[in-house]
Amino acid sequence: MLTNFAALEVGQHLYWQIGNIRLHGQVFLTSWILLGALLVFISLGTKKMENDPKGLQNLLEFLWDYIRDLARTQIGEKVYRDWMPFIGTLFLFVFVSNWGGALIPWRLIKLPSGELGAPTADINTTIALALLVSLSYFYAGLSNKGWRYFEYYVHPTPIMLPFKILEDFTKPLSLSFRLFGNILADELVVGVLVFLVPLILPIPVMFLGLFTSAIQALIFATLAAYYIGEAVEEHH
Amino acid sequence: MLAFNFFGATEGGLFDINATLPLMAIQVVALTYILNSLFFKPVGNVVEKREKFVSNNIIEAKNKLSEVKKLEADLLTQLQSARTEAQRIVTEAENESDKLYKEALELANNEANSSKEKARLEIEIQTSAARDQLSKQADDLSELIVNRLILEK
Repeated sequence: MLTNFAALEVGQHLYWQIGNIRLHGQVFLTSWILLGALLVFISLGTKKMENDPKGLQNLLEFLWDYIRDLARTQIGEKVYRDWMPFIGTLFLFVFVSNWGGALIPWRLIKLPSGELGAPTADINTTIALALLVSLSYFYAGLSNKGWRYFEYYVHPTPIMLPFKILEDFTKPLSLSFRLFGNILADELVVGVLVFLVPLILPIPVMFLGLFTSAIQALIFATLAAYYIGEAVEEHH
Repeated sequence: MLAFNFFGATEGGLFDINATLPLMAIQVVALTYILNSLFFKPVGNVVEKREKFVSNNIIEAKNKLSEVKKLEADLLTQLQSARTEAQRIVTEAENESDKLYKEALELANNEANSSKEKARLEIEIQTSAARDQLSKQADDLSELIVNRLILEK
């Protein structure tokens, strides 16, 4: 029974077939549950906004302040307002997904195939997020500086051109694989440890996992903001 | 049991990329708009309104503080001048009273001296008068004695 409980299913998915397209159902299920919880939490906290914040509103204001600081330091005073909701959404989505995946005992829910877990442990999710970041920084650069955005590619010297072009590919690649790898590895380590030693030993690793999860959310949001900030930065 | 199935399978695997990707992207974009209207805008409004309120209050308080400091300095100079004025008046009054005292003392001394002199003169007059009278009585008496002695003879 324990082996069943602790079994690991890597690379197994719950497929949903809609017409011609196939989806990873478990990713959407967990993301809907977690995002639903997040939205409920936020709705409760912003229901009655007061000038003297109490309870949940306090927490949400702290969160807002944290995200604003993050966006402002990376993107800069001029345009951070436009990008703060996007950066904040990335942070909240990744954070909620990572912690939700680590904290909620999804394995108790049996699926016909695959298993529920952090949505960010699926490569599709992380690539989707990384590509959104790529699109965002291109859009930010082009909308702020027009064609002068491409000066960035030859900025200190034209020798940089191939490297800068290469960067446009390595940025989404590193973003997506970093998040995916960290979260999947954390799930695997915890899974293997629970499978080998079901008692006590996995607990420190689980705490480490929570730490990693939070850090990864912060890193993802910070890097996204940094890339956008790099794109809108004025060179002189 | 552990079922590692990384790449080999025709179906599934860790790097199985399919329509989940674009749909997840759409979901995240939608979430951005939802969170913007549910979270970032309302909370931002409240926080920024409060920040403005606080900074306005701080500016106002600073202005008031500088005003208070100016008034304090004003009052201090006023106090200083009032003190010197008071000091001046006190010294003046002291000098005045000193002068008056000296004058009164002199006057009293003079008066006392003059009355003493007068009394002395009077005493002298009376003494001489009394001496005159005494000598006259002595003369009378001696004359009487002389007369009696002559009569007895």
